[in-house]
Amino acid sequence: MAQVLVVTSGKGGVGKTTSTAALGAALAQTGQTVVVVDFDVGLRNLDLVMGAERRVVFDLVNVIQGQAKLQQALIRDKRLDTLWLLPASQTRDKDALTANGVARVIAELKEKFDWVICDSPAGIERGATLAMRHADTAVIVTNPEVSSVRDSDRIIGLLDSKTEKAEKGERIDKHLLISRYDAGRAARGEMLSLDDVLEILSIPLIGVVPESEDVLRASNVGSPVTLCSPASGAARAYSDAVRRLKGENIPMTIPSDKKRFMEKLFGRRAA
Amino acid sequence: MTDPVRQPRSMRFRGRSYIAFVLTPEAPIFDWLADLDAWTRRSAGFFVGKPVVLDLSAVNLSKDAIAHLVAELQTRDIRIMGIEGANPAEIGPELPPVLKGGRPAGALDPVNGAAARTVAPTSTPSPGSTPAPATPEPSSLLLESPVRSGQSIIFPQGDVTVLGSVSSGAEIIAGGSIHIYGTLRGRALAGSAGNSRARIFCHRAEAELLAIDGFYRTAEDMEPSLRSQPIQAWLQGDVMLIAPLN
Repeated sequence: MAQVLVVTSGKGGVGKTTSTAALGAALAQTGQTVVVVDFDVGLRNLDLVMGAERRVVFDLVNVIQGQAKLQQALIRDKRLDTLWLLPASQTRDKDALTANGVARVIAELKEKFDWVICDSPAGIERGATLAMRHADTAVIVTNPEVSSVRDSDRIIGLLDSKTEKAEKGERIDKHLLISRYDAGRAARGEMLSLDDVLEILSIPLIGVVPESEDVLRASNVGSPVTLCSPASGAARAYSDAVRRLKGENIPMTIPSDKKRFMEKLFGRRAA
Repeated sequence: MTDPVRQPRSMRFRGRSYIAFVLTPEAPIFDWLADLDAWTRRSAGFFVGKPVVLDLSAVNLSKDAIAHLVAELQTRDIRIMGIEGANPAEIGPELPPVLKGGRPAGALDPVNGAAARTVAPTSTPSPGSTPAPATPEPSSLLLESPVRSGQSIIFPQGDVTVLGSVSSGAEIIAGGSIHIYGTLRGRALAGSAGNSRARIFCHRAEAELLAIDGFYRTAEDMEPSLRSQPIQAWLQGDVMLIAPLN
């Protein structure tokens, strides 16, 4: 049975799209078929992060409105043949998404793939609520800062009330992914500590992604960080998160960038 | 396709109580309206979308005067959902219905601007059937999961107990006392139905706001030494007292 996973956060700029791409690629690397769906109609970015922006012909809105078949809109990743992308439309807005249309597309995707990963737009409006609507599992991406944590809390409330599962009285699985974590700033008290974030949100943690230049570079070259630099701390955090998502019990660590640390050391010496 | 013969379904009508804001005009009406205008200038949009009941017990108005007053309020974006304290014969079909049996629910709540008086329309039993025996309404509410940001729990009937935490941006409004076994980071408004004996208890206080029977304190007015402590809050006269629980 296919799993529908929504990557959401409430606040913008915390790393939803980056995380969707990285988690999608890491899941696809385990051999399961994965489709990542961009719900950010009007402000699409997932195609860029996946490096597929020059191959988009049809999009989610075309499929919902019946102007294209699902097959025509799906884009297969060039690096991983188990990974697919369903892009959003850039020229439309969220009103183009209909509840019935989204339900139909998700149902169709569930027949074809093992994992359907929905990249939610920021906010709590139509786009975000439709992205989470059919989810079985949610990954809530949070930065260790108060505004992000409060918005995530709000989103968790919506996940518990506005999703199809919640309305049937079932519980949706919620997992916390902390991104842009900077150990140095946390130690100096400039960020919320992991304990504080976990205490406030009280949902299980599946990973802590360190703030890393590799993530930035991966986005710019259009490749999920788990494919682009698999040895980086961020990529290892995402790979571990995927193993935890699949039910593995592995001890929580915060992978750091050893290479970057060496570079820093080296750079300092050279200067 | 024709519809099969439809069996008339039995209808159930239930009574339900709501909290409404009550406006009590005083004579002379002209001056009262001027005072109201002065007040709303400071809090623009306060009444928009709020249920408002007009209590006419303090004035003696003719049918035309009542209609005029309701129209005047309408121009100020105040929609009257019902009229209290007037002779039903004076209220024509073009005016909001007359309400009876309202229970006082304390002064205006400064935060959500809602609690003022409970309006309890009497229940209308379905014709031809005996009303179901009234089960006593539960007087307490137990919440086992955390209350998330943006959620608002309103329970005018009595006490609210939360086993988890109340997040920043969430609020609990209870007619009775509020007990929070986790951390209170949001707002707790106890005694919202006019109960000055209501109290607020929490295991760890990081509240944005505490209110009892309309008297409130924001985080800024709270003693810093009480932060992150187990506390209780209660009213002594018009003063809210907060003390550590031990």
